[in-house]
Amino acid sequence: MRSLGKYFIFMGSLFTRRETFSTYIRLITQECINVGYNSLFIVGIVSVFMGAVTTIQTAFNLVSPFIPDYVISLVVRDMAILELSPTIIAIIFAGKVGSSIAGELGTMRITEQIDALEVMGINASSYLVLPKVIACVIMYPMLVILSIFLILLGGYFAGTLTGILSSVDYLYGIRYEFIEFNITFAVIKALVFSFLIASISSYKGFFTTGGSLEVGKASTSAVTNSCIAVLLADYALAQLLMG
Amino acid sequence: MIEINNISKSFKGKQVLFDISGTFFKGKNNLIIGSSGTGKSVLLKNIVGLFTPDLGDVKYNERSFINGSEQDRKQIRREIGMLFQGGALFDSKNIEENVKFPLDILTDFPEDEKIDRVNFCLERVGLVNINKKMPSEISGGMKKRVGIARAIVNKPNYLFCDEPNSGLDPQTGIKIDNLIKEITSEYLITTIIVTHDMNSVIEMGDHIMFLLEGKKLWEGTNDEITKSDVKELNDFVFATQLMKQMYLR
Repeated sequence: MRSLGKYFIFMGSLFTRRETFSTYIRLITQECINVGYNSLFIVGIVSVFMGAVTTIQTAFNLVSPFIPDYVISLVVRDMAILELSPTIIAIIFAGKVGSSIAGELGTMRITEQIDALEVMGINASSYLVLPKVIACVIMYPMLVILSIFLILLGGYFAGTLTGILSSVDYLYGIRYEFIEFNITFAVIKALVFSFLIASISSYKGFFTTGGSLEVGKASTSAVTNSCIAVLLADYALAQLLMG
Repeated sequence: MIEINNISKSFKGKQVLFDISGTFFKGKNNLIIGSSGTGKSVLLKNIVGLFTPDLGDVKYNERSFINGSEQDRKQIRREIGMLFQGGALFDSKNIEENVKFPLDILTDFPEDEKIDRVNFCLERVGLVNINKKMPSEISGGMKKRVGIARAIVNKPNYLFCDEPNSGLDPQTGIKIDNLIKEITSEYLITTIIVTHDMNSVIEMGDHIMFLLEGKKLWEGTNDEITKSDVKELNDFVFATQLMKQMYLR
């Protein structure tokens, strides 16, 4: 409970004694490149293979001749939009970006770089953390949308090149009974998850004490706590918006 | 001038500073000395506002830093430069960006004026042609000098140095000490230096405060320190054979 209270106070401190608007624009742009652009490769690779594997495994399980082939791509589509892209990519995002945020802030803390900012009269939490949180909240939904597209693309190639289903069936399936709200749901999940990952990782890194060993522990703890928070939020959002 | 009045500080119920008062003078090298773990750095961090004391006040030229308004604190912070133990240079910025950083944040000077000031400060600390290097590419002594350049770039009235020559060889340590000494007298800055290095005390200490287990035990000048009759201070000052040979013949 104490940590939770400290976390909320920390979140509040992001919005006090702020720097100029132009400073934040510059920092947020830089962070967008760090958290978004630099995550494209891993998100791309994981998404394409998730799509391919999901297609093959779904086809393997749908052996009944009464089930049409397009159901395979329909299942892949719904899995991608509802769970694989927002949630599984969030776990990967927590591993890559969350650990990087915690490591960076932790190192800055133990090497007194954060103290140097405070001595200059800068609110270090607002200056360092707010741009990271905003950048994650901007970039992660875009990564999720990209990931959905790449999962469907991976599934298309795996399905058609191996002869599991035809190109026509695949394209028919991914358009069949499409519910637009599912995309909204995925974006809502992405917004919530990215905020949780960025803020929890920043909190863990910002309050690191000790030496390099503790920075490593802070990074590990940031990833673990972020993943748990993402999974809890995933359940809560599913219950709230779809239950 | 900086005055500290009855500063006390504790962490998780353990008191580390006990009712410390004192004055640090303008244009002088004011040293806070004592053994490791005696509360020197904690006192310094209370003075610069990184910690808030449980009791007491810090006054910068009669302006209260602890009990003053947020506006007063902001103004005082603009007048502070600090050299950290490890330099505390920002890893993601090159040397020029590191030194320019306080100007970017605290001033609205044109860019070319900022660069001129950065080059002047780097030259002042004896560093040229390293503007585009990253902190990881320079030595520990150079990092300290860049740290000094960053601390003085905004023409501070108060300079704080936390163990400026720790981790350096004696020659480089003396160079850093001399540089701080020159800058202090040249710009008439109130400089407070935390150190446990007796070489620094002898070389540059104008006004010295000795701490032991979080309490101020002695305060005086460079000349007085070797003639004191405080046993704990003598044990600290004459801990090395060199000091004994120099002063206790």
